[in-house]
Amino acid sequence: MPNADPYDPGRAVGGWLVSKDVAVEVRNAVKTFGQGNSALRALDDVSVNIRKGEFFTLLGPSGCGKTTLLRLIAGFETPTSGEILLDGKDITQDPPNRRPVNTVFQSYALFPHLTVAQNIGFGLEMQGRPKAEIADVTANMLALVQLGAMAQRKTSQLSGGQQQRVALARALAPRPKVLLLDEPLSALDLKLRKEMQIELKRLQLETGITFIFVTHDQEEALTMSDRIGVMSAGRIQQIGTPRDIYTRPVNRFVASFIGESNFLSGAVETGGVRLSSGDLVDAAGTEGRSGKVTLAVRPEQVRLTRAGEPGALPATITGWVYFGTDTHCHLALSDGTEVVARLQSPATGDAGLEKGKSVALRFAPGAAQVLGD
Amino acid sequence: MPSNEDRQRAASARTGWALSAPALLLLGFAASGPLLIVLVYSFLTPGDYGNVVWKFSLDGWRGILFTRDIFDGTLHLADANLTIFWRSVKLSLLTTAITFAVGFPTAWFIATRPAKSRALWLFLITIPFWTNLLIRTVAINEVIRNEGIINTLLIWTGLITEPLRIIYTDTAVLIGMAYVYLPLMVLPLFAAIDRFDMKLLEAGYDLYASRWQVLRRVILPIVKPGIVAGSILVFVPSLGAYVTPRVLGGGKNMMIGNFIELQFGAGRNWPLGAALSMTLLIIVTIALLIYVRAANRGSPHG
Repeated sequence: MPNADPYDPGRAVGGWLVSKDVAVEVRNAVKTFGQGNSALRALDDVSVNIRKGEFFTLLGPSGCGKTTLLRLIAGFETPTSGEILLDGKDITQDPPNRRPVNTVFQSYALFPHLTVAQNIGFGLEMQGRPKAEIADVTANMLALVQLGAMAQRKTSQLSGGQQQRVALARALAPRPKVLLLDEPLSALDLKLRKEMQIELKRLQLETGITFIFVTHDQEEALTMSDRIGVMSAGRIQQIGTPRDIYTRPVNRFVASFIGESNFLSGAVETGGVRLSSGDLVDAAGTEGRSGKVTLAVRPEQVRLTRAGEPGALPATITGWVYFGTDTHCHLALSDGTEVVARLQSPATGDAGLEKGKSVALRFAPGAAQVLGD
Repeated sequence: MPSNEDRQRAASARTGWALSAPALLLLGFAASGPLLIVLVYSFLTPGDYGNVVWKFSLDGWRGILFTRDIFDGTLHLADANLTIFWRSVKLSLLTTAITFAVGFPTAWFIATRPAKSRALWLFLITIPFWTNLLIRTVAINEVIRNEGIINTLLIWTGLITEPLRIIYTDTAVLIGMAYVYLPLMVLPLFAAIDRFDMKLLEAGYDLYASRWQVLRRVILPIVKPGIVAGSILVFVPSLGAYVTPRVLGGGKNMMIGNFIELQFGAGRNWPLGAALSMTLLIIVTIALLIYVRAANRGSPHG
């Protein structure tokens, strides 16, 4: 699908292609705040490659270092050690105004003394672009974020969602190589947030600009991103597509932070993992592993089945909770290990879920994942 | 027919006026009473030993710009008076500029301190107010006079051999006024900078503005109300300053304030003094109108 280039209405660009070229490369970035014993290591040897034109999300709980990493790329902080490269060029020491990178701030940080149009044109004006070009691009940006009628308003006269759009348009107007978004949707209510998620994705596809998006909201990350970098305690825990991250979490943190998981301990044997209950199950990720391991299984991948079927594990129902579309069934394996199964709620009745009933469960093929340490 | 709501509104408006009447009366008398007396006096004839004779005359107003030749009674332009006016305006403008140049970084410094120590810094700024203005001015005299601290130090270090003559010059008056009125500039600037959202600095840098551009295009326009307030608070009292030019300017470097005092004292020309006071008021009003209008021109909704 050919998109009109919003920076130049006269020139149409071809369909959007994922380039495998690296836009931003972070090499062994360390950032410590403070000194001596009270020093805080916000980033602990982080390396990541962000590809051109991709929607990359840094996901993690507050204080995990994701905003610090974003600020390093923007130039508001310099790393204690390590390098940051943009298009292969070292920009570690460049001040923010020399980096072709723009930020959408969490609080928007719109200039209160300027109109919507002046806010959007600010970056271009500072770059010394000709007046006609500024007017053109500003008009295109206003159209892009559907705020054409608001051009002459002061930003304080706009709603939260509109301010958000101005902040986006202002950051996109100078056509940055990379757009950084620092939890931009956190101040919006749920409905508006859902709309803006779609809007952001659309803007990213239409402009073809690399987006680096910071959030603590796993759903936001899963629905919008091309790739996600999950962070915790100043380190990147896992980088992958939303599907990778969800179905193949590398460790316990990723498995529990994104979605819910059953954690089962066992030992690697030929043919799978021997659980503490004595059952042998098939599991992914056993290659090169031996000894004690932890298995993660998503609740929706646990099925109730007839006893005696291949792969069936004997279990007892310990309780269940009705959630509407699905029912969470709490089960105990023969040694008491607890497993939660998320079952689709039947149209009528309670599907024979009775506390204390002996049943059998099995994991969907490939659902059990061996976690790293 | 007036509705219930209208009647209620009218009643509450009446009560409002009645309640504020004492304050309005006091304000009316206190603000316009003395002004009226001065205005009336400016149109009367001076008495021989001060005071006024109740006879209408325009000599007071004429005396602002002209002097009457004591021999042939013709009117000449009073150069000395014009010099005093010019010096007053010039020194007041310079004082405003200097207090802004010193006060802005000071206010910025205080506003960017942690909340705890900010109170201490503001407290330090207000300490000079505890001392009498005259004492403070005499203290400045002690610093800048020929045998004062500055000259003694400079001679002792060998940088100069002759003392710098600062005292009893316009520079001395300027130093004194800038020192005395600095807090009046710092406090409103601090209030404006304190409200300034520091995230806007990052937004500015992020959008390719240099430090200078961030200052000129983001900070200054947003803290402008503080600049306007501070400038007015410094310029107005500077223009009417009396103690500082008297103590630091000696007898020669008079400003309007001293010139007015002269008319009510040794000059024994109360109508001229009254006319000069009114002139000062007019200059201040015009200056403020020009300034506020110019300051508002920059903003699109001003």
